[in-house]
Amino acid sequence: MQDQVAIARPLPGPALRPPIANLRKGFAFLLVLACVVAAWEGYKLMAGATGGRVPFTDVALPVRGDDKSMPHVWDILAALFSPRQRGSDELLFPFLLKNALFTWREAATGFLGGSTLGFLLGVAFARSKLLERGLMPYVVISQTVPLIAIAPMVVIWGSAVGWPAWVSVSLIAAYLTFFPVTINTLRGLLSPPATATELMRSYAATPSQMLWKLQVPAALPYVFTALKVSATASVIGAIIGELPAGLNEGLGRSLLTFSYYYISGPEKLYGAILVSALLGIAFVGLVSGVERLVVRRGGAGG
Amino acid sequence: MAESMVSIDGVHMVFNQGGADEVTALSGIDLEIAPGDFVSLIGPSGCGKSTLLRLIGDLLSPTSGTVTVNGKPASRARLDRDYAMVFQQATLLEWRKVIRNVELPLEIMGMDPRARRAKAREMLDLVELGGFADHYPWQLSGGMQQRVAIARALSFDPALLLMDEPFGALDEMTRERLQMELMRIWQRTGKTIVFVTHSIPEAVFLSTRVVVMSPRPGRIVETIDIDLPRPRTFDTREDPRFFELLTQVREALRGVEVEVP
Ligand SMILES: Nc1ncnc2c1ncn2[C@@H]1O[C@H](COP(=O)(O)OP(=O)(O)O)[C@@H](O)[C@H]1O
Ligand SMILES: [Mg+2]
Repeated sequence: MQDQVAIARPLPGPALRPPIANLRKGFAFLLVLACVVAAWEGYKLMAGATGGRVPFTDVALPVRGDDKSMPHVWDILAALFSPRQRGSDELLFPFLLKNALFTWREAATGFLGGSTLGFLLGVAFARSKLLERGLMPYVVISQTVPLIAIAPMVVIWGSAVGWPAWVSVSLIAAYLTFFPVTINTLRGLLSPPATATELMRSYAATPSQMLWKLQVPAALPYVFTALKVSATASVIGAIIGELPAGLNEGLGRSLLTFSYYYISGPEKLYGAILVSALLGIAFVGLVSGVERLVVRRGGAGG
Repeated sequence: MAESMVSIDGVHMVFNQGGADEVTALSGIDLEIAPGDFVSLIGPSGCGKSTLLRLIGDLLSPTSGTVTVNGKPASRARLDRDYAMVFQQATLLEWRKVIRNVELPLEIMGMDPRARRAKAREMLDLVELGGFADHYPWQLSGGMQQRVAIARALSFDPALLLMDEPFGALDEMTRERLQMELMRIWQRTGKTIVFVTHSIPEAVFLSTRVVVMSPRPGRIVETIDIDLPRPRTFDTREDPRFFELLTQVREALRGVEVEVP
């Protein structure tokens, strides 16, 4: 059966990756997950055995391995499927998922706006060297200003103008999104070899034909690489943006709340962290899925 | 002067003029190419063959002198799509299937989808790649890719083909097959072809005239008429006259290579 699959695939582009490769990828993911769990529990075991010291020394371990600092993996999982707070009949996991969805909507809005802006900036820079020279330094500087400083400012401005709080959060997500997209779009648009550009000129192609028939298709793999980076960045931006925004919903809110109750129930905070990570992974997975539909090519050198 | 397909008059080409890296690539080039001619440009590497081809194609502008193509300035001829270019690298767009690569110029010229699909199929049949329409470029060998590039160049029926070492990256066997194929196409379509090559036998076998160039600054040192009978066949390569002409071109090139080691 495997051999048949191998022979009967005339166009083994990424779009048509055989199921066996997906299986292998899934297996690798599970293997790494198992290793992380084993390392976590192994560390706890070791810390327990040595009383919180590096073995055979007097040096204290960076993190104490007790159940308050590092709950057992199964305790975290159990917490996810217990009531989110005493007396509530809502389990923690669906509660976190609901908040993750709220955060994802903010992140995705920012992601769409930010990557559109990023793409347009990339196109503008590819068109005009002057524009690139003039604006690029500011684009770079914008990314060196700490998000912690910007997030409250955006929220304050937003509420002064009267926007709903989620708009400010999306703006912060967009702020983290556009930069990688700009850089990679520019690189990708300039990636076709000189002969390809000459070929288009020999057909008397208009600048817009040059852009849409040569440069943009050539840039797509670069753009998608950036979009995957930006997908996680937008989630982080949204979570951080939620903190000063005073929203009652969202993963940022959950993380903040559960960190208050860390001493009594650290598992819940770890559960929220886990769900935040899952949200990032799911978003990147979504972008990869779109990439597989849009970018059709393959073979050596891709 | 509409009787010339290409007319080059007193062309000088200087790159980075005034800079520390100034290069005089071409100096005092005069060349007339008649319709239906197959002219090969041969000369040592760096002597300006590609530059000359790009000047004809209006991909570069001469520092001085004029280039006339199909009776009009080269820039006008480019806008009128009077020529097609074929490079050493096939330069196929990797995200397009073979057929869509052949359609590319027609698409840019605004031909309607059904007509251009039919035209592209016809061109693929001409280069005997009809069965590969739905393959991606990377699934084809180098020789097949180059045939696709030729089909693409012929698709919009330009009067002039500019070919820059189109077979330079291919193995000897593929090369000879493609030479025969190009001969066949040239005879059938009556195109004018300007063909850059490093290979003396290739130049002599294919051409009606061989233009020998000297390096930096590139000049034309000799133009040799190739009076071999047509159609050229595998037997042409065994014709004594073929060997005489090889020697003649080689001698012309030798004179050139003494000047610059
Ligand atoms: N765009 C360019 N800028 C500067 N120098 C160039 C450029 N293109 C070609 N040259 C120079 O012009 C000379 C001729 O180049 P080229 O036409 O490519 O030679 P050939 O095709 O005969 O090998 C070389 O010395 C090369 O370095
Ligand atoms: Mg060259």
